[in-house]
Amino acid sequence: MNENKKNKNSEVKDKKGVRLEHISKIYVDPKTKKEFYAVKDLSVNIKPGSFVTLLGPSGCGKTTTLRMVAGFESPDEGEIYLGEEKINELPPNKRDTAMVFQSYALLPHYNVYDNVAYGLKIRHIPKDEIHKRVLDILKLVQLDGMEDRMTNQLSGGQQQRVALARALVVKPGVLLFDEPLSNLDAKLRVSMRTEIRRIQQQIGITAIYVTHDQAEAMAISDQIIIMNKGVVAQVGTPKEIYYQPKNEFVADFIGEVNFLDAKVVEKQKDKIITEVYGVKIPVYSGEGKVGDDVRLVIRPESLHLADDGELKGKVVVSTFMGSYQLYHIMVGTTLVKITEYNPKGKKIYNVDDNVALDFDPKDCHIIPKEIVKPEDVKVEEKPVQEKKHHCLFKKNK
Amino acid sequence: MASSVQAKSLDRKKFFSDPFMVFVIFFLIIFFTLFIVYPLVILLKDGFASSTESFTFSSFAYVFSAYSGFLKAMENSIIIGLAVGVGAAILGLLFAYVDVYVKLKTKFLRILFKIVSFLPVVSPPFVISISLILLFGDTGFITHDLLHIIDAQHAFYGFPGIIMVEIVTFFPVAYLMLKGLLKNIDPSLEEAARDMGAGRWKVFTTVTLPLMLPGIGNAFLVTFVESVADFANPMIIGGSLETMSTCIYNQIMGSNGPDAQYQAAAMSCILLLISMSIFIVQKYALERKTVSTLSGKATRQRMLITDKSVTIPLTIICLLISIFVISLYVLVICCSFWKNLVNYSFTWKHYETIFKDGGMSAFGPTLTMSAIAAPITAIMSMIIAYIIVKKKFHGKGAIEFVSMLAMAVPGTILGVGFIRGYVQGVFHTGFLQQIYNTMWIIIIVFIVRSLPVGVRSGVSALRQIDKSIEESAYDLGGNSFHVFGTVTLPLISDSFFSSLVTSFVRSITAISAVIMLVTPELQLVTCQINEFAGKGDYCTATAYATMLIIIASLAVGIMNLVMKLIGRGTKLKEEA
Repeated sequence: MNENKKNKNSEVKDKKGVRLEHISKIYVDPKTKKEFYAVKDLSVNIKPGSFVTLLGPSGCGKTTTLRMVAGFESPDEGEIYLGEEKINELPPNKRDTAMVFQSYALLPHYNVYDNVAYGLKIRHIPKDEIHKRVLDILKLVQLDGMEDRMTNQLSGGQQQRVALARALVVKPGVLLFDEPLSNLDAKLRVSMRTEIRRIQQQIGITAIYVTHDQAEAMAISDQIIIMNKGVVAQVGTPKEIYYQPKNEFVADFIGEVNFLDAKVVEKQKDKIITEVYGVKIPVYSGEGKVGDDVRLVIRPESLHLADDGELKGKVVVSTFMGSYQLYHIMVGTTLVKITEYNPKGKKIYNVDDNVALDFDPKDCHIIPKEIVKPEDVKVEEKPVQEKKHHCLFKKNK
Repeated sequence: MASSVQAKSLDRKKFFSDPFMVFVIFFLIIFFTLFIVYPLVILLKDGFASSTESFTFSSFAYVFSAYSGFLKAMENSIIIGLAVGVGAAILGLLFAYVDVYVKLKTKFLRILFKIVSFLPVVSPPFVISISLILLFGDTGFITHDLLHIIDAQHAFYGFPGIIMVEIVTFFPVAYLMLKGLLKNIDPSLEEAARDMGAGRWKVFTTVTLPLMLPGIGNAFLVTFVESVADFANPMIIGGSLETMSTCIYNQIMGSNGPDAQYQAAAMSCILLLISMSIFIVQKYALERKTVSTLSGKATRQRMLITDKSVTIPLTIICLLISIFVISLYVLVICCSFWKNLVNYSFTWKHYETIFKDGGMSAFGPTLTMSAIAAPITAIMSMIIAYIIVKKKFHGKGAIEFVSMLAMAVPGTILGVGFIRGYVQGVFHTGFLQQIYNTMWIIIIVFIVRSLPVGVRSGVSALRQIDKSIEESAYDLGGNSFHVFGTVTLPLISDSFFSSLVTSFVRSITAISAVIMLVTPELQLVTCQINEFAGKGDYCTATAYATMLIIIASLAVGIMNLVMKLIGRGTKLKEEA
């Protein structure tokens, strides 16, 4: 305990915020030779000591952004600040950042101890201090006693801990994670993310974390930056992102969601009255002008079924899923998903039953209705950068 | 989107904040310019000059006149090259096919194959020539003792001799190249053809062979270039027949008037043009095509051919050829213990000659210079490979090209270039003239000659390493020097050791590029072999050769042992 406290104290004065100002990165598509923005005009201010996740589908530019912070890529436009220092021109080895790689990138010819000590040796720290700091950090990641193991004798989770320890031990201003858990199995992923969060909280370091797993992002972050096609779709706490998404992309990317087409009919002081299939629904969250076509966002777990009510529909699918009963209800021309939790003892509706939707209007949120353009639908080509970190050694040709 | 200027300037600033890398690249550029590009440039300059004029076509006019004999030599070289290229490609394909496709009854044949492909690496030049002379020459084993042909010399020296020697010398190169390619053919392609009703022969002609065609073309060109550049064998077994390499050598070593040196330079330009254009075709057209058709990784183990009507004839052919090749080397070793070529009784006489009569004066410098050149070559080629694979900067393409270019330049030409380039210093200014006639110029030639092999092996080793391993080391604060020393080099230690030993072995067996640079005080073993063989004293020549073979084999043996001991790096690669 004592040691942990000491760690925390020494760490607190080192932690730095990260500020990205109008960052852009242009890549050339290797096939078509056309230039495209991998990241476009991205501005974010990350507070010291916070845990921020860059979340998005593959090819959204999140890894590129992280690598620009680390210094492996140079931004085509914009400035990067670490603390108050502008770091655009610094090479990776001169930046006060430490990265945990997707493939762990442990040095295969060193044992655990030497891997963790690597950064300290480069900094010419006295031997006994190195020794102390390495052992402390290995204790923190619960690898004490494994100093002499070679990295190929470790399990995936253990390798991940070594990679984390190696990054932490140099006391960087900011810790960078590039999809660190994607090579682990599902259960280990859950326990490791809790672990990463615990350690980050304990030493209070600033962390930027890249992932495409929305559950991981929700569980681990103070703030989530959702990216799509190189631009920021929304920045917010996990709760804001989940309950008050700014647009369809964000709402759809995080969790399950229903969209109901609606029209704003009246604006009152604290609510907006909308009309869905002739039914007036007051909404307390989101924005819209009278006469606007909008969409209501409502999560499947916020909806319930009733025998009778204003918003009527017909059951299309009714499936028992264990912890919940899954319904698909056709309301007008919209298919609505409903997850009725703890179904045991509740009334189960069957296919073709006529039902009504029951919900608290406070669970609804308004987003603008977007005109779907054809090019938005197609999946974009992944930039080359994202593919490279999958295994320790590439397979032989 | 034209604003990538910022990214470029940032990349540049990051690059220059790394003094080690900047220094290394600066050094490499100077080294390459002085010792690879400049000797070739001076040849071009001298080719268009004479003793009286600074720009004239007279040297070329002389070269192309019937009087110089160069046209005839060119014709000879090309005929030999074509024959050797075809022969070596066919033989190489046969061996590769048997190795990869045919189920061999015993391990014995596989070991034989290994020996056959390994022997040319450790073998000094001339060995096969001498051996074939011992068999087919004037007092040859077969021609004289068995068949009692008198005056066999005239039949064997010249075309048949050179072609036979060079096929035997170079086919292992084709074999190794084609073996790698055959392994990359996905067996399911052939299985699909079989499944659709094609017989083995049909599969071979319609699937395997078309897929291999660019690779076979590649093997043909590589052996063609090697044959055209070959100096040692035509020298010994050519008789009165001249090839381009020997013609250039005779031109520069003989004293044929004040313009001889300029004419040799002009000849070199022509030979260089031929081998460079083939090199470029091979490297940029065929190699790429081969990769694109055979990039598929074999998904499964191949079902080896067990059909006796296929295995038995193929195995027997390969067995006979292997035994023939190996017996050539054995014969050389035997010969070094014979009293003379008629009396086959045992004697140490020739070894005594070597040790007593100043033979050591050749071994000392050879081993010293090779031992100095080898580590420099190994470390340089690893650094060049590292730069080629991992770094981005302007001029990287040029460094890559020049380091590979040294492979295409025939040794004789490099030798002439060094003579012309340094006898009076760089561009006749006296700068660096000091290295001429010293061991340093020979060491530099050794390095330049071995560099491409090391770079090639380093590049393929580095391509196996995940980029993020090095990035993680940079990220933790290491600069290029740290990262290269503590991460990259240990991970490619196998490749480092193999290029260390390869360049050592290549250096002790080198001849073509250095034969014109040696001085009476500074002798090389290979030049001694040449001298004794030239005098007809084959027993002494083979004694020298045997000792070189032993030293080279020892070096390779030690390398294998060391690599086994530190084999961690390779093991890791295989596991992942």
